[in-house]
Amino acid sequence: MRAPSSPSEIAAGDVLLAAENISLSFGGVKALTGVSFDIRKGEIRAIIGPNGAGKTSMLNVINGFYQADHGTITFKGVRRGKMRPYEAAEFGIARTFQNVALFRGMSTLDNLMAGRTLKMRRSFFWHILRHGPALQEEVEHRRKVEEIIDFLEIPHIRRVPVGRLPYGLQKRVELGRALAMEPELLLLDEPMAGMNLEEKEDMCRYIIDVNNHFGTTIALIEHDMGVVMDLSDRVVVLDYGRKIADGAPNQVKQDQAVIDAYLGVAH
Amino acid sequence: MDLLYKIFLDPFVQMGSAPDLLLQTLWEGLVGGVLYALIALGFVLIFKASGVFNFAQGIMVVFAALTLVGLFALLTRVGVSNAHLAAFAALGLTVVVMLGLAIAVEKLVLRPLVNQPDIILFMATFGLTYVLIGLGELIFGGEPKVMITNELFLPRGAWDLEIFGGFVTFQHIDIAAAIIASLMVAGLAVFFSKTRIGRALRAVADSHKAALSVGISLEQIWVIVWFASGLVALVTGIMWAARSDVSFALQIIALRALPVLILGGFTSIPGAIVGGLIIGVGEKLGEFYWGPLLGGGIESWLAYFIALVFLLFRPQGLFGEKIIERV
Ligand SMILES: Nc1ncnc2c1ncn2[C@@H]1O[C@H](COP(=O)(O)OP(=O)(O)OP(=O)(O)O)[C@@H](O)[C@H]1O
Ligand SMILES: [Mg+2]
Repeated sequence: MRAPSSPSEIAAGDVLLAAENISLSFGGVKALTGVSFDIRKGEIRAIIGPNGAGKTSMLNVINGFYQADHGTITFKGVRRGKMRPYEAAEFGIARTFQNVALFRGMSTLDNLMAGRTLKMRRSFFWHILRHGPALQEEVEHRRKVEEIIDFLEIPHIRRVPVGRLPYGLQKRVELGRALAMEPELLLLDEPMAGMNLEEKEDMCRYIIDVNNHFGTTIALIEHDMGVVMDLSDRVVVLDYGRKIADGAPNQVKQDQAVIDAYLGVAH
Repeated sequence: MDLLYKIFLDPFVQMGSAPDLLLQTLWEGLVGGVLYALIALGFVLIFKASGVFNFAQGIMVVFAALTLVGLFALLTRVGVSNAHLAAFAALGLTVVVMLGLAIAVEKLVLRPLVNQPDIILFMATFGLTYVLIGLGELIFGGEPKVMITNELFLPRGAWDLEIFGGFVTFQHIDIAAAIIASLMVAGLAVFFSKTRIGRALRAVADSHKAALSVGISLEQIWVIVWFASGLVALVTGIMWAARSDVSFALQIIALRALPVLILGGFTSIPGAIVGGLIIGVGEKLGEFYWGPLLGGGIESWLAYFIALVFLLFRPQGLFGEKIIERV
């Protein structure tokens, strides 16, 4: 196997992202302690653990919201100590949030179009000087966005300000906005939390479809064990900021440390 | 009884009996309101995108006007003999200066203070105010200057129209101010709703972290809003100074915009515009019809009074949605 010289050459099954020895603390609270794991191209990688285990913090480090105190992230063969959210997005990392973060005053369409920001590469002044080509560009991006809207079965809410939508649909729009970025790595933080059974099944289907049809690599935080077992290829388990298990779903399920962590057995 | 009559009936009787005077007062109120609206707009642009209450908005108006007049004088001195040419060259250069100011503010003030509490950023804009006052005095001197109205082809004179059996005066400069302000607001509205940058601006106003996650650069957005409100300040400065002159005293008009913000909300652009017009008209009506009753000095607090009375009936402001905290 040759080393990837250019980022796009990572084949399915190769390591897409590797977190090495990541530590992060807030004042006295150690959110993450020496966590290492990797995500392979094309897989669905679940991150699980009890409340406060550090799952969201891990995603925040990966997409640059938090700077790790120690450790590095290697993405597509490029190793970094620090990365800013803007850069993470440019490198092809998209995400959703545990507590939905949408542009509430904007329509579904505009939320997804905002996801295209980085794909619209023309400069500000070009945009002002030559409105014509800029409009042409809008049309192309609009087509892509409409595809995603159809895929997520939300054409009826295209023009609705998303702040008015029910929670389940908001989560779906948020997924749509992340997909509009055409990411290489998609980070989903509890995409099914607070949903009813039917909405959960829909969401599972979208996640599987995104993974299968677009080949998007997915890191998924989820509390529902059934969902995790069904969807994921590999699972990493965090507890009190440390990695306590890592492997195939049914292997992890039988791991004594994991069972103890979920039952709240004292360390 | 007499006092009640004077407060609640007599002014309306006067309005009805001399509609030409009423119309004149309304028009002057509207014109003043347009300028209030512009200043409030400058505040709102910055507050929406960055959550910063920009105390320096007033001084930016003065700074822009001073720069324009100063550059014009400089260009004339170095031999640009055509006054109109010099004026428009100075205008273009002032726009460049405002862009430079926006970039400098982002690099030197906002970026180092990112993630600090809002009150720190507010204090920083205090600092910015005094830096701009100092710079302005250092470069252009402290004495009042005359706005280059003619050179910019801004009209003078007035139309006296015969309406309701009397004469109502419409100053040409006031009409021009209203038209230019409307054009600018319309331009901004199109920019915000139709362009990629406009969408990014709205996105940042709604959620910083979501905006970051889709790769919008906050730094770029901040430069753009400060530049936009710098341009608004420039237009405000030209229009305001066209009727008085360019001096540092102008900066207190920023305080006049505060009631507009109370009324219209800190984040609503339509609120700033409608609020500005309401305050402008309300102020002139109050001054003219109720002023004599209460003695002088009414103009210094009337705007606040109007805003507060309004809030009694509509606590969420003009266009705000009712905020019900989820508990
Ligand atoms: N910005 C922050 N400031 C202070 N402490 C934080 C911050 N973010 C996370 N923490 C702390 O870090 C620890 C891990 O939090 P994190 O949100 O990553 O957990 P989680 O595994 O996502 O939990 P949950 O399942 O409840 O979402 C917690 O103790 C939390 O209080
Ligand atoms: Mg979490």
